Amino acid sequence: MRSPPIPEMATQEVQLNETLAHLKTESETLKSKLEEERAKLHDVELHQVAEKVEGLGQFVMKTRRTLKGHGNKVLCMDWCKDKRRIVSSSQDGKVIVWDAFTTNKEHAVTMPCTWVMACAYAPSGCAVACGGLDNKCSVYPLSLDKNENLAAKKKSVAMHTNYLSACSFTNSDMQILTSSGDGTCALWDVESGQLLQSFHGHAADVLCLDLAPSETGNTFVSGGCDKKANVWDMRSGQCIQSFETHESDINSVRYYPSGDAFASGSDDATCRLYDLRADREVAIYSKESIIFGVSSVDFSLSGRLLFGGYNDYTINVWDVLKGTRVSILFGHENRVSTLRVSPDGTAFCTGSWDHTLRIWA
Amino acid sequence: MTIRNAIRDHGQRYRPRMACLKKAEKVLLEMQDPKTGVKSQPQRLVITTIPHAISGEDIIAWLADRFQIDSQEARNLGSMLVALGYIYPLQDHKRLVIKPDASLYRFQTPYFWPTQQWPVEDTDYAIYLAKRNIRKKGILELHEQEQYNRLHKWMNHKWDFIVMQAKEQYRAAKERKKPDRVVFDCQERAYWVVHRPPPGTVSAMDYGLERRIDPNADEVTGESLHMIFTQQSIMRPRVKSSVSIGALVKYCATYNSHDPFLSKCLPSNPWLTDDVTYWTLNMPNVEIPTKMRVERWTFSFRELLSDPRGRDDFRLFLKKEFSGENLAFWEGCEDLKWGTAATMREKAEHIYKTFLARGAPRWINIDGKTMEITVKGLKHPHRYVLEAAQTHIYMLMKKDSFGRYMKSPVFKDTLKKAIAPEEHKFTDAQLEQNAKNRRPSLSPIILRQQELEQKAKMAASAPVDITQVMSKLSKQGKEVAPRPPSKN
Repeated sequence: MRSPPIPEMATQEVQLNETLAHLKTESETLKSKLEEERAKLHDVELHQVAEKVEGLGQFVMKTRRTLKGHGNKVLCMDWCKDKRRIVSSSQDGKVIVWDAFTTNKEHAVTMPCTWVMACAYAPSGCAVACGGLDNKCSVYPLSLDKNENLAAKKKSVAMHTNYLSACSFTNSDMQILTSSGDGTCALWDVESGQLLQSFHGHAADVLCLDLAPSETGNTFVSGGCDKKANVWDMRSGQCIQSFETHESDINSVRYYPSGDAFASGSDDATCRLYDLRADREVAIYSKESIIFGVSSVDFSLSGRLLFGGYNDYTINVWDVLKGTRVSILFGHENRVSTLRVSPDGTAFCTGSWDHTLRIWA
Repeated sequence: MTIRNAIRDHGQRYRPRMACLKKAEKVLLEMQDPKTGVKSQPQRLVITTIPHAISGEDIIAWLADRFQIDSQEARNLGSMLVALGYIYPLQDHKRLVIKPDASLYRFQTPYFWPTQQWPVEDTDYAIYLAKRNIRKKGILELHEQEQYNRLHKWMNHKWDFIVMQAKEQYRAAKERKKPDRVVFDCQERAYWVVHRPPPGTVSAMDYGLERRIDPNADEVTGESLHMIFTQQSIMRPRVKSSVSIGALVKYCATYNSHDPFLSKCLPSNPWLTDDVTYWTLNMPNVEIPTKMRVERWTFSFRELLSDPRGRDDFRLFLKKEFSGENLAFWEGCEDLKWGTAATMREKAEHIYKTFLARGAPRWINIDGKTMEITVKGLKHPHRYVLEAAQTHIYMLMKKDSFGRYMKSPVFKDTLKKAIAPEEHKFTDAQLEQNAKNRRPSLSPIILRQQELEQKAKMAASAPVDITQVMSKLSKQGKEVAPRPPSKN
């Protein structure tokens, strides 16, 4: 006679645990196999190829404009295609459109929610999109009439079930791509608010996205709290590539100008470069003295420089090819929350929790 | 799904997302190493002696040496460690920065290190404030007094407990030796400056919004789906690193002279000299482009198409070759893909009638297979229904027309006329003047209005388009003249 029989529920639970454990091991084995396959074609390191490349000289980058006007943390900004206007959004719900060159404020909108974490300028320069804790993305057509209340013509486009973390217009004013704390990304038709495509695959909040500048222009990359960076096909909604090498939340992703690679910035204090054709991570930009997370990254026009905004109030400039840090910039008095290079690459703009935006060149 | 809101939670959150804390702790341990750490010594302060005090300049020097960074960066790093609460100042205790002089600091005891595991409770803060109040009435600062009143209000139900704890801690403290008491008071005070900062100061503990999902939680959902995806990824075609990395490096080299951060912007970078000539010369539809801009068109077909001026030039070339329909078709497809959903069906039909149907006025030449797929798809049109045809035509233009365009008289003429502006050489006085004369530019809203007016004018006064006439004739059932021989 064996020991007293185990109650049925406990047996089922043991079986379930065994199945989960079994699945987990199988999953791990497959992941190692993937890494093996990726490694087979890995015949050279980026910094090796970069040895033949000429080194960069000294940089003199300074703040050329300081934009003051937000009453609270600046969370996001975007450039207009005219290379001098920008839109910025902040924690207190204010969205401001500036002519960064003259530092004049041209338009202002007060959102009905706080923490406006996402804002984007329409390609035509005639509208802006923004959203945050309201779980929506709204489009505001801009008007030259100073007396007009922009909120009156607002269009509610995207609806998520959690906060909106990022938004971007596609190649026209008619479509918007959004990412959300609800773990999904989605493509919307601006005019009707119709959901055109949704993208499921992240296991946690999606924090950032970037559209590919590729010839066929049909993919985008997203980064999330599940430490994954996923590349998506806009047509099918499928995830076509996934990279999981970061050790913490990915706060920012940005394509390399050729569209064949992308960079990411994470709370683990590193920026990384992923080569899409070789299907692997090819560089890590980190330094022992940098312990604070990266909030935002962007490339210079040629892709040679990677600018990173950090949570220790600094901006680090990296030589993308050689992997070294070329410059560190001070100036902000609180976290740098957002960073974008201008459309013609003549400057980059940073937004910070110190309520200001700065243009650097 | 629950919707998170950011209503004040009275500091009851805990912080799972500060990955920097572990790294900071590593640095701290090294700094405290008796042999290789920062030099410390007892310092006389007022009437007591504080053991193990370190000076700001020593901290900065140690960090600069350890991480091989300059003193400004070391100072910034040191200040962040103070801001997190791992090191605290003995003088000027409310300013959490490292001063690069003989100002004194101490390492915070690990008991008071910021932690990710549990929240910094308001209950503890209330006890701390009450304790200080007991020790000496009126010692609380204005913001502390306000906090105290607020906590008293919403924690009223457990105020007896709080006062009891405060009295107990006060009594226990009196039993300690005076030097220990002074040190502990310093440590505790420093802890609360970090976790309940005075208003108007920047707090390193502020990490923004909660994320919805805790990264430390263990999730085993969707494993089977992940496995299918991983299996597919294994079979993905890949390129050798040397090839793809080589391409990345080549791209940098090609665009190096066009990158304003790496090469001079001609005539000058508007952000540096406050002179906007560079932007004026490079407006989207300027008549005469700059030499640099024309050079960019030669880098890739995508560059040529994405620049409106370049595309215009290419269009002109194609018109002369009578193969303008290819570009027009490609543009129509782009409009379909990125346009409003409402007009999508109409657009698809229009494109079909104009470019794909048998006898279409601007018939494009695509292979039979692609045509079959496209026509089939058009029965139930969606935004990507013309994808295959568009790719085919794009490749055609890229591999054939693009090359011939660059050898054509149209391009050579444009290149010849292109401007190469001289570099600005402003004196300091001129730069000052430029800065004073910054002018606003035309709003994109006005520019778009102008563009639309321009387009309308052109459409109204356009010469008779032979293709339009042909399509009208065919509609009227008249004989359709043979179309011009297709050029590919």
